[in-house]
Amino acid sequence: MALVAVNDLHKSFGDLEVLKGIDLEIEAGEVVSVIGRSGSGKSTFLRCLNQLEHHDWGTIHLADQRLDGGAMSPGELSQNVGMVFQSFNLFPHKTVIENVMLAPVVVKQTPRAEARQIAEQMLDKVGMLEKIDAYPAQLSGGQQQRVAIARALAMQPKVLLCDEVTSALDPELVGEVLHVLESLAAEGMTLILVTHEMKFARDVSHRVVFMHHGHIHEAGDPQTLFTQPKTPELSQFIASIL
Amino acid sequence: MTLDFSTLLPYTDEILKGLMTTVWLTVVTTFVGIALAIVVAYVRDGGRGIASRLLGAYVEVTRNTPFIVQLFFLFFGLPALGVPISATVAALLAMVLNLGAYTAEILRAGIDSTARGQHEAARALGLSRLQSFRHVVLVPAFSRVYPSLISQCIIVMLGSAVVSQISVFDLTYAANFIQSRNFRGFEVYLVVTLIYLLLAVGLRLAFEFVGRRLFAFLQGGSS
Repeated sequence: MALVAVNDLHKSFGDLEVLKGIDLEIEAGEVVSVIGRSGSGKSTFLRCLNQLEHHDWGTIHLADQRLDGGAMSPGELSQNVGMVFQSFNLFPHKTVIENVMLAPVVVKQTPRAEARQIAEQMLDKVGMLEKIDAYPAQLSGGQQQRVAIARALAMQPKVLLCDEVTSALDPELVGEVLHVLESLAAEGMTLILVTHEMKFARDVSHRVVFMHHGHIHEAGDPQTLFTQPKTPELSQFIASIL
Repeated sequence: MTLDFSTLLPYTDEILKGLMTTVWLTVVTTFVGIALAIVVAYVRDGGRGIASRLLGAYVEVTRNTPFIVQLFFLFFGLPALGVPISATVAALLAMVLNLGAYTAEILRAGIDSTARGQHEAARALGLSRLQSFRHVVLVPAFSRVYPSLISQCIIVMLGSAVVSQISVFDLTYAANFIQSRNFRGFEVYLVVTLIYLLLAVGLRLAFEFVGRRLFAFLQGGSS
């Protein structure tokens, strides 16, 4: 049984239909990269998975439980699906540890001592334990993004969504963030990434999904997909980014 | 005309009494008024419900009528409606309502300028609207409008001189009281002016002291 099951997902913004029926199943521990041109609907798709966008039609199940349409409260959602954003979105007035502890304490009602322990574990995982008392403004982009990953993990979600998490970083800082994602993948974390890092998509993901005009145009294992694209759209896309 | 400040000496007690009144009115107004503003800003931020509209009306009425009329309305108007109210309570209420309305608008500007990503991160972490407002939105919003907030509190402190008109024994009342007895208008008002000036400077320094602690996150650099 798939961990995530998406069925016939449709989403429009006004007259613009962004998602035109997405079907996708993702197994526990799978790393799936979603690629495609901007405007292909990949970010919208990701944002539907944790209901930052409410889709118009279709269903999303997580571990056999309905996730969409108000079936899960925001609190439950956050314990099932974590999200990391392109622009980090750390809370500027909170220190690193406070950023990571906030949701466990406030949403999950975890006792502070325990929340702190979990937060330290997660920060250790992303290599940010030494910066525990720093404010986000004192960190580099790469460091901020690693904290943001720890913050999402602290809710112990079953799936982590990553929305172009390296796009806002200076080139020399991309590696440290990808390295963290790679180690998460090695630990068996289920990851769904919208990414422009084709090398990462090829080397780390188990499956690559190519989105085009609101559809999943082509999907498969990264080796085959990148070396033998079946559709002209994907060949063109691969040619344009290499 | 010769200046003779010794003519004020017999009235030290009155000046101190007036000063204390002005100070406590200002301190209580600052705390309660800002708390009120936070509630108003939160409710108004939530949409166009009845509560939001009522509070919107309160803010607009307060910001578009003279403070002294509001004060008279509370002090003379409420008893006429059968609600007895003392001069001090009327003064405090008028000041709190005044500061609350202006600060709510100032704060709203800060809240409106919250980046969308902050709301999204809060939502993705499962925070409710109230939790998000309290833990994510509020402090950065305050930090963005803090200079306006300080000015507004000083304006209300200075505006409190008006409460002498309903016989509250504040600093201005003390000045009028002394001047009508020793006829040393220049000396009295010079001293009182200086005291107001010091109060305003002191209030600003206190706010800046608190601000440096509250908004330490704004200082970047190395950790």
